Amino acid sequence: MAKIPISMTINGKVHQAEVDPRLLLVHFIREDVGLTGTKIGCDTSQCGACVVMMNGSTVKSCTCLAVQADGADIMTIEGLATDGNLHPIQEAFWDNHGLQCGYCTAGMIMTSVELLQRNPHPTSDQVRAGLEGNLCRCTGYQNIVKSVLAAAEKMGG
Amino acid sequence: MYAAEFDYHKASSVAEAIQMLGQYPDAKLLAGGHSLLPMLKMRLANPTALIDIGGISELKGITVNDGTVTIGALTTHQEIAASQDIQNACMVVAEAAEGIGDPQVRNRGTIGGNVVHSDPASDWPTVLTALNARFVIQGPGGITHRATRTVNASDFFKGLFETDLKENEVLTAIEVPRLNSNQLAEYAKMAHPASFYAVVGASVVITVENDRCTAASIAVGGMVPNPIRASSVESALVGQQLNAESVRAAADLVANDLSGSLMGDFYASADYRKAMAAVETRHALMHAIGLAHH
Repeated sequence: MAKIPISMTINGKVHQAEVDPRLLLVHFIREDVGLTGTKIGCDTSQCGACVVMMNGSTVKSCTCLAVQADGADIMTIEGLATDGNLHPIQEAFWDNHGLQCGYCTAGMIMTSVELLQRNPHPTSDQVRAGLEGNLCRCTGYQNIVKSVLAAAEKMGG
Repeated sequence: MYAAEFDYHKASSVAEAIQMLGQYPDAKLLAGGHSLLPMLKMRLANPTALIDIGGISELKGITVNDGTVTIGALTTHQEIAASQDIQNACMVVAEAAEGIGDPQVRNRGTIGGNVVHSDPASDWPTVLTALNARFVIQGPGGITHRATRTVNASDFFKGLFETDLKENEVLTAIEVPRLNSNQLAEYAKMAHPASFYAVVGASVVITVENDRCTAASIAVGGMVPNPIRASSVESALVGQQLNAESVRAAADLVANDLSGSLMGDFYASADYRKAMAAVETRHALMHAIGLAHH
């Protein structure tokens, strides 16, 4: 099977490679580029551990081929902090104990970025609905919702 | 999980996609990939090649004219849910889109990719059947058939994972008749708690004149291979004043329309789904006439 040349920007840096068509975006990000903040949980687009931003909207990178992201602008959890300063959502998760084991956190935070872009003033119910595609197997949802609401406030929501 | 190996080709136009389908006989079209990629990873499908149509701009977008809302096959569920045009012309379509999967699934999944998969647990087949949507299909054309044809929803969904699409054809758009001001439409589903797929779904479009129902189009899905029109319920509603009693009596007749192959699984048996079909039909009707709220 012929390899396909791809090029994409991840966290502001251009990455080029020749990949197998069946290579998943999440494997490209973790294994080829070496950014392991993005996690693989269920691998069936249920759990949201692999959520990254692609051209400004969140996707489950386990259900996207690397070749489909050719030319895309990708942001992972590693791209969120600027100049060593945590993003307000990252800070809010820290301050509000929004993580327990931490496995779902990268996905939760990436989804929250889009959630607050689309709705800067969410209610608690809207946060829960917005996080429908992200599972926390520690069941730490109370503090995750608290974190997103705190981030909204901090970001001027 | 890795899919079995396949070749990858990117089409830049519908014409090129059709030409590639002829060139690579065992190929599958790839749009958002949210039906196809899980199938490939589970090795339930093993095409030798994928033809990526995800970048074809002529397949994207929503246009509204006097009587019809035309939704390009590559339009995502999120774009449909957020579209002011669709909310104005046919709110039930926007609401159905909002109820699909989760935000990431809605960001990537496309209406065209969903309907050509013809998954009985999907929402679109049921909703589009009740709305009498039309499916615009483009093919290579030839001596005996035209290159473009349009198929009604009731003929498009043929069975379990089966549609009317023929070899080397591409679904390009879905046309939804715009609702009139005297038409009420609603979709109700019993959603699976993990996936939000429809265990049972009921979609209703009713026309009301002088306080009476003059026409009804009702489809149920989820427990049948492809959506079924609930003609017993439809004829029971026509001529009636719509209230809690008449709606309940009509909805209870849905079991009459569910003959044949009812499906069940460990989550919900066929008998249970049959009972819930009446409940969801009633919910949809009650919401439509404003006697119940989300």
